[in-house]
Amino acid sequence: MERSLTHIALFAALIAILGLVPQISLASGVPITAQSLGIMLCGTVLGARRGALAVLLFLALVAAGLPLLSGGRGGLGVFAGPTVGFLIGFPIAAFVAGWIVERTTLPVGFAATAAAVIGGIAVLYAFGIPGMALVLKKSLGEAALLTGAYLPGDAIKAVLAGLVTQSIARMRPGSLLSRA
Amino acid sequence: MLTLTSPVRTPLDRLPASAKLAALAAGTVLLFWLTSPWALALALAGVVGLHLPWGRPFAAHAARMLRPLWPFVVVVAGWHLWTGEIASGTAILLRMVTAVAAANLVTMTTRLSDMLAVFEWLALPLSPLLPPRRLALAFALVIRFVPTLSERMDRILEAWRARSPRRPGWRVVVPLTLAALDDADHAAEALRARGGAG
Repeated sequence: MERSLTHIALFAALIAILGLVPQISLASGVPITAQSLGIMLCGTVLGARRGALAVLLFLALVAAGLPLLSGGRGGLGVFAGPTVGFLIGFPIAAFVAGWIVERTTLPVGFAATAAAVIGGIAVLYAFGIPGMALVLKKSLGEAALLTGAYLPGDAIKAVLAGLVTQSIARMRPGSLLSRA
Repeated sequence: MLTLTSPVRTPLDRLPASAKLAALAAGTVLLFWLTSPWALALALAGVVGLHLPWGRPFAAHAARMLRPLWPFVVVVAGWHLWTGEIASGTAILLRMVTAVAAANLVTMTTRLSDMLAVFEWLALPLSPLLPPRRLALAFALVIRFVPTLSERMDRILEAWRARSPRRPGWRVVVPLTLAALDDADHAAEALRARGGAG
């Protein structure tokens, strides 16, 4: 019980830290924040239920007024802005990613990469695009075009989520709750 | 850790957080019903009017919190200038800025603890699944561990820089995640030793 609670809380904090550190240059010197990597890791490391709860806890604290979203954003305003769909999609993305790692018997690295692509990109964008279309009153196609800017970064992060999850599986096999 | 609540005290701070949240929810629904640019401009003027009496630092804080919207403003403005649908474009931008500014105003005038108390109250119907004490403990743990984990991240980045001339890469995420997992195990043990999470 306590272990579940502290893992959920610590991973909520981990999402925040990954969003607060802009100096990590993930690829080719372009500083992109690793916040969505944190969302993916919640699913692939903690599993579906705990991963989604960690993301929900993180979002509750953002809504309550902590500037934990990348770029120091936070408060209730972000839930009225054009990226609200992505925020709603975050916990579902983590749930789907976790569910895939839990249910497949593939090697952890492959399973986690596939889970991050399906959960952290396909599912996330399925919420993010309609959200943007609604706030900016654009068609789904036009909104998809706008969100396309995030896609290359997210593709890199999905691969990284696989690599990080695989490293965790090697170093702390007992802590990989999604495969416990 | 700094919250987004404004250090400037206003009369709005004294209103109960639940009332402000209810008013914000109603106002946001209303905004999405309005389509006339004139009505939306009036709504924006009303929200701006709620910011102005509390002095320059308060208004500057509010303006800073709106800054992440500018790429969307540029894209939508450019789009509608190109297609010539100026009225609908104006309505979209006014609605978006008003909704975000109103929500930010509630955040700026409500203390974190008051807001969390409302969330805990809203979660009461879930109490068979999610005991209120456990939810409060989860909030407290995250607030405690964000600075701790942030410090861990700084140590990891320093260690990287001491060894490599290159910029820290994605590899620092692995030790950071390990730190989170280990801290979680230690915190769980500490909680159990003190009578559990309830």
